[in-house]
Amino acid sequence: MDTTILEMREITKRFPGVKALDKVSLSVKRGEIHTLVGENGAGKSTLMKVLSGVYGHTTYEGDVLYQGKLQQIDNIRDSEALGIIIIHQELALVPQMSIAENIFLGNERANYGVMDWDEVRSKAQQLLKKVGLDESVDTLITNCGVGKQQLVEIAKALSKDVKLLILDEPTASLNEKDSDALMNLLLEFKSQGITSILISHKLNEIAKVADSVTIIRDGATIETIDCSTHQVSEERIIKGMVGRELTERYPKRDCEIGQEAFSLKDWTVHHSQHKDLKVVNNISLNVNKGEVVGIAGLMGAGRTELAMSAFGRSYGQNISGTAYIDGEEVDLSTIEKAMNHGLAYVTEDRKECGLLLEQSIEKNISLANLAGISQRGVIDQMQEMTIAKSYQRKINIKCANTQQDVGNLSGGNQQKVVLSKWLFTEPKILMLDEPTRGIDVGAKYEIYGIINELAEQGKAVIVISSEMPELLGICDRIYVINEGRLVGEMPAAEASQEKIMRAIMNSGDKQ
Amino acid sequence: MSSEQMGTVSAKGAGESATSQNYWGYFSRHLRDYGILLAFVAILIFFQIVTDGILLKPLNVTNLILQNSYIVIMALGMLMVIVLGHIDLSVGSVAGFIGALAAVLMVNFEMHYVPATAICLAAGGLIGAAQGFWVAYYKIPAFIVTLAGMLIFRGLSLAILEGQSVGPFPVEFQKLSSGFIGDFFSIKKFHMTSMLFGAVVALVLAYMQFKTRANQEKHDFVEEPYLVFVARMIFMSGAILYFSYLVSSYRGLPNVALILFALIALFTFGTQQTTLGRRVYAVGGNLKAAHLSGIKTERITFYVFVVVGMLAALAGLVFAARLNTATPKAGLGMELDVIAACFIGGAAVKGGVGKIIGAVIGALVMGVMNNGMSIMGVGIDWQQVIKGSVLLLAVWFDVYSKSKQ
Repeated sequence: MDTTILEMREITKRFPGVKALDKVSLSVKRGEIHTLVGENGAGKSTLMKVLSGVYGHTTYEGDVLYQGKLQQIDNIRDSEALGIIIIHQELALVPQMSIAENIFLGNERANYGVMDWDEVRSKAQQLLKKVGLDESVDTLITNCGVGKQQLVEIAKALSKDVKLLILDEPTASLNEKDSDALMNLLLEFKSQGITSILISHKLNEIAKVADSVTIIRDGATIETIDCSTHQVSEERIIKGMVGRELTERYPKRDCEIGQEAFSLKDWTVHHSQHKDLKVVNNISLNVNKGEVVGIAGLMGAGRTELAMSAFGRSYGQNISGTAYIDGEEVDLSTIEKAMNHGLAYVTEDRKECGLLLEQSIEKNISLANLAGISQRGVIDQMQEMTIAKSYQRKINIKCANTQQDVGNLSGGNQQKVVLSKWLFTEPKILMLDEPTRGIDVGAKYEIYGIINELAEQGKAVIVISSEMPELLGICDRIYVINEGRLVGEMPAAEASQEKIMRAIMNSGDKQ
Repeated sequence: MSSEQMGTVSAKGAGESATSQNYWGYFSRHLRDYGILLAFVAILIFFQIVTDGILLKPLNVTNLILQNSYIVIMALGMLMVIVLGHIDLSVGSVAGFIGALAAVLMVNFEMHYVPATAICLAAGGLIGAAQGFWVAYYKIPAFIVTLAGMLIFRGLSLAILEGQSVGPFPVEFQKLSSGFIGDFFSIKKFHMTSMLFGAVVALVLAYMQFKTRANQEKHDFVEEPYLVFVARMIFMSGAILYFSYLVSSYRGLPNVALILFALIALFTFGTQQTTLGRRVYAVGGNLKAAHLSGIKTERITFYVFVVVGMLAALAGLVFAARLNTATPKAGLGMELDVIAACFIGGAAVKGGVGKIIGAVIGALVMGVMNNGMSIMGVGIDWQQVIKGSVLLLAVWFDVYSKSKQ
């Protein structure tokens, strides 16, 4: 029998305007644990979505060979019929259903449509034993921690007779003990002949379980390392992950860095739903006038949570720590207070949390500062229009007119509208969360220009970004955050992608 | 820049450079606004023909206003609730309860009608506050809170009326619904004051529109083609003058029409020109974005429910005054007509979109259909079938025109 269970050949997947995968190949041997590494947005998840049928076989180019046969996988049902099961980073469990119900969701044990509860419960019991979860099958998912939920997902996969198990960063939100147990479980599956593909950022995990490592960068395969013949070194993986040429350019900024504008001391935030989970753990940081400070980290590291909790406690609970503006302690307990102190937070999710998509550019720009366009509660629409037009010109929002609905603009122009909204509040400190996500290169350059201009006006700017070259290109100083902790601080001049990655990975090893 | 210049040129050139493409583009962008208006006019013409001209007889037009005034009043509040992304099922029951309260105060306790009316409006506001409190601060879905309210106030009406009809109301109070504004001229069979009032309203509205447009031109932004603007002015003034002429030919403007005009003007201004109105649309359009922009979303929700409670109370008073008696069944099912009016008028189910004038026209569409079909002798059974179909059709058109954009 062939030793290769899966071969993906020259997969190319295009999204409007972007090539997410460019001739990516992946070959997985039967019974191995194959790890897939790469930066955020490198294309790992897209590749796995191709494999699991989220993107049908007509939507990409290239071939998928599984069990030696060419496959045409069009939906998740197809891939599951082949024994390919994917467990996504965001778990897909129904919180208000029991463990047993979740395990057999969509795959119900029933006779003529009537549930066979005895079968469901006894089978679920067996599966829980297999994954080593000591919990009643009637426990509701909402009462399980993330680690247990992860195990339920795996039990669910096992219930479908899995041959190839794909785990997308399964340990990202797990503590050390749960992560360890999960890795041991994978090793046990391996001994039972189940093949796994593991997407991970954690070097210690890779070292522990991986038989091969494939590195993906910018939608292309860099290399596959066979761990039985080669030593997997941190250097090699990091270099492979980040070693891209700096193709984007960053406009130069020339301004004096002034006194401290804003700082947080011992800032701790608990998860908004799980009150025992610290998403921000005792972080202290500061930003000066005229300075652009970057916050680097992986997805889920706690960067957004840090910024939002500082912005009027718009995220999390049980927040502790002190905030200072211009050296004085300030109360940022509501969004209104934060705004009055000159804080602005530009959200990472502009459609969900930033814009009124069905309303005009004008109305979006004035939203956070209605007082600025009204007298005694009555809006001066001419003034509103004038202000919108001035921002349209100043930061080059491309639109037919300012009464156009924001929903019809491109991503880059939408981002400029959100920025205009916050610029109109005349903030002293701006927190920009992924300010260039999902926008094209030209618009990115313009946004960098705006950031520079703000710094030159003496404003303090904090940029959260998952694109390390961007942080290196526009920041004066970079903080690195991992798993809610501050794990590194470096002047941009001394920073490199390797250094940032190392800070992240080393911190993961230490725990 | 080029598109702006084109816009101004086509506006100033009065059609010289305005191609048919231009008009088509403008109308397709405003399909939702004009669709309902055209539908209303079509329905008017249809019933005018099939009723042999009875529909627009002065007496019938006056009746139309009296019959639908309370629906329109409640629709103003309901629109704001719907824009906010909620629904209020209790307005009919609240209106009925307030009517009952008014009867108990004025008839049983023989209270003077002025303090009694004030107490009733305040009670409406309190009821709204109580419901808004649960919706805004405890995040209980408005559907549930107001469903509870619907049952509670239906029950309370029965309780305070002790299952009886209570009436009649003092004559002065009846004037709220059955009275007409006084006439300062003595022309036979023509109510000159009402006609003049209509003319003044038409003039003021036209003046304001021209002023806005001039201002837009000054700031180099005009979207509406000039001919469309002129046509709209002529249509609007013509409609107001014709309406004034009709009511003046009977007994003049009903008092309640005056209240309606004032409320429509106030709420149109409130929703379009004030920061409070803007915040309502923002909360309904994107709750998270509104919250992160520093808007106190809970407080806005609370205020809107207070307002809708007061409007329901006013509607209840108007309805009671019109029947001249308070019955335990008053207001039954009214909330459905009010909600239908808002959706026919272009409000979006998921919130954030909707106009006061749309809700008013929506209520009139329902009213004209009720009235027209009754004149035609269509039974109440088929009336409901037809009204239901129209509601579905209107919302389908809304969804369709949006997907086309």
